[in-house]
Amino acid sequence: MAQRYEIRFSGAGGQGLITAGIILAEAAAIIEGKHAVQSQSYGPEARGGASKSEVIIADDPIDYPKATLVNACLALTQEAADKYAHGIIDKGVLLIDCDLVKTAPQGNFTLYQLPIIRTAKEEIGREIVANVVALGAMVALTGIVSFESGEKAVLDRVPAAFRELNKKAYRVGFEKMKGIL
Amino acid sequence: MTRKTALIQGNEACAHAAVYAGCTFFAGYPITPSSEIAEVLAKELPKVGGKFIQMEDEIAAMAAIIGASLCGHKVMDASSGPGMSLKQELIGYACIAEIPCVIVNVMRGGPSTGMPTGPSQSDVMQARWGTHGDHAAIAIAPASCQEIFAETVRAFNLAETYRMPVQILMDEIVAHMREKIVFPEPGELAIVTRQAPFVSPAEYKPFDTSFGDIPPLAAMGGNYRYHVTGLNKAPDGFPTTKAELVDAEERRQLRKVEAHAAAIEKNEEYLTEDAEVIVLSFGITSRSARFAVDSLRQEGVRAGLFRPITLWPFPEKRVAEVARKTRAIVVPEMNLGQLVYEVERVVKGSCRLAALGRVDGEPITPYQIIDKVKEVL
Repeated sequence: MAQRYEIRFSGAGGQGLITAGIILAEAAAIIEGKHAVQSQSYGPEARGGASKSEVIIADDPIDYPKATLVNACLALTQEAADKYAHGIIDKGVLLIDCDLVKTAPQGNFTLYQLPIIRTAKEEIGREIVANVVALGAMVALTGIVSFESGEKAVLDRVPAAFRELNKKAYRVGFEKMKGIL
Repeated sequence: MTRKTALIQGNEACAHAAVYAGCTFFAGYPITPSSEIAEVLAKELPKVGGKFIQMEDEIAAMAAIIGASLCGHKVMDASSGPGMSLKQELIGYACIAEIPCVIVNVMRGGPSTGMPTGPSQSDVMQARWGTHGDHAAIAIAPASCQEIFAETVRAFNLAETYRMPVQILMDEIVAHMREKIVFPEPGELAIVTRQAPFVSPAEYKPFDTSFGDIPPLAAMGGNYRYHVTGLNKAPDGFPTTKAELVDAEERRQLRKVEAHAAAIEKNEEYLTEDAEVIVLSFGITSRSARFAVDSLRQEGVRAGLFRPITLWPFPEKRVAEVARKTRAIVVPEMNLGQLVYEVERVVKGSCRLAALGRVDGEPITPYQIIDKVKEVL
């Protein structure tokens, strides 16, 4: 069995977490040449309510494409934390938005807290880039792809007019996480 | 030279592969979880001079691809359970009139509207026997984005070679997950073009078997004029009830696949050589099975995986062979027992056999397969 690294992004539908998962998978698979599979919960519950996007990264081809034992999890809302912050391995990591997740899930993992949505709104000026702030933070937290690969993947995906905005969001997310590690 | 790579969904890979294979006509009616195939082809086909049509319903879409194929196009349609049920009459028409076409079924639960967004593998038997009457069937079930590309191209080749409908069976997970794909260069994968008539329009008969079991098909709209019907027909295409002609026609149509089964069948075997237990599984479930096989091997259980890539024709000779050398076969599938009965028919009691079904809209996990294997051994 290939050594798998499993990441789950969860939050509310519309927060862009599926896109965050796709960008991370592109950074790993296309830019760094590893193997990656991205999938998402798909169904009525993905609209508005809790939504998740999972990325499996490995050096070798990946068999089972869904999460089995989650190495790193992100939860941007209380509902997502309650529903999806489970199955995290011992010594795994969970990052929550500390403004929105008031009751942090308990487990044998390390809990990290950042005001992700507030950072996007107040420091970047656009709440819509919260997913990219979160992506930067998760890259810093996991080290599963390099800062540069993640940045390139972000820039490859966003329209030219929004490159600087997203570049800043990614960097701020990355640095905020580094600051608490 | 750097080859073009991308992280794309299975449905997207399928659509791009259709263009690679030379598809110039797609008709469809959108349905979850297949709609991305139509979405991509709506953009891509016009770029290569092809046509995309969204029809008024699934039946019309099937009719449209049959018509376009008769006019010489390579054609595709994509749907899911409820749409596939509607298409069955015309799939039968394509069988008896021997019209090449590729139909993608991204399976969802059922019967009827079922669970649109949940993965399923419950159309295995529909792909074989969905339309009435004796008929040959080819169905392919790929398990990764790269394989979806290659097998979609092969589906077109098989349809054109054997002059018949070919189905591609996927499920919501392989259709929607994103994986890296390396796009084949033009010419890298073989492309088959249908056999044109060997004779002049005056001498042409659409079901003339003097050149073999697969009569050349002339494109309509040109100099070749002929009759097409859903009735049993004589070599000239007109209906017949003559016993010997009908019998010969029916038998020949089954023979097209039976006689070429070895060329059509495709399997992947992983650690089956010394296996005391074999997991026989296809599509997304085979990826859980491979995970399970590796885990079981680490625990000292000699497990193996047999993955039919072509479900129909079922690889009966090879399955019978591996069954004779193993103690047990476990068949996990996202339905309540379909392929397992085909395995049972072929294995004929030469080893233990266990089914593992799941129909709650969630995939069969590696752990469920591991537990079932331990229960059987």
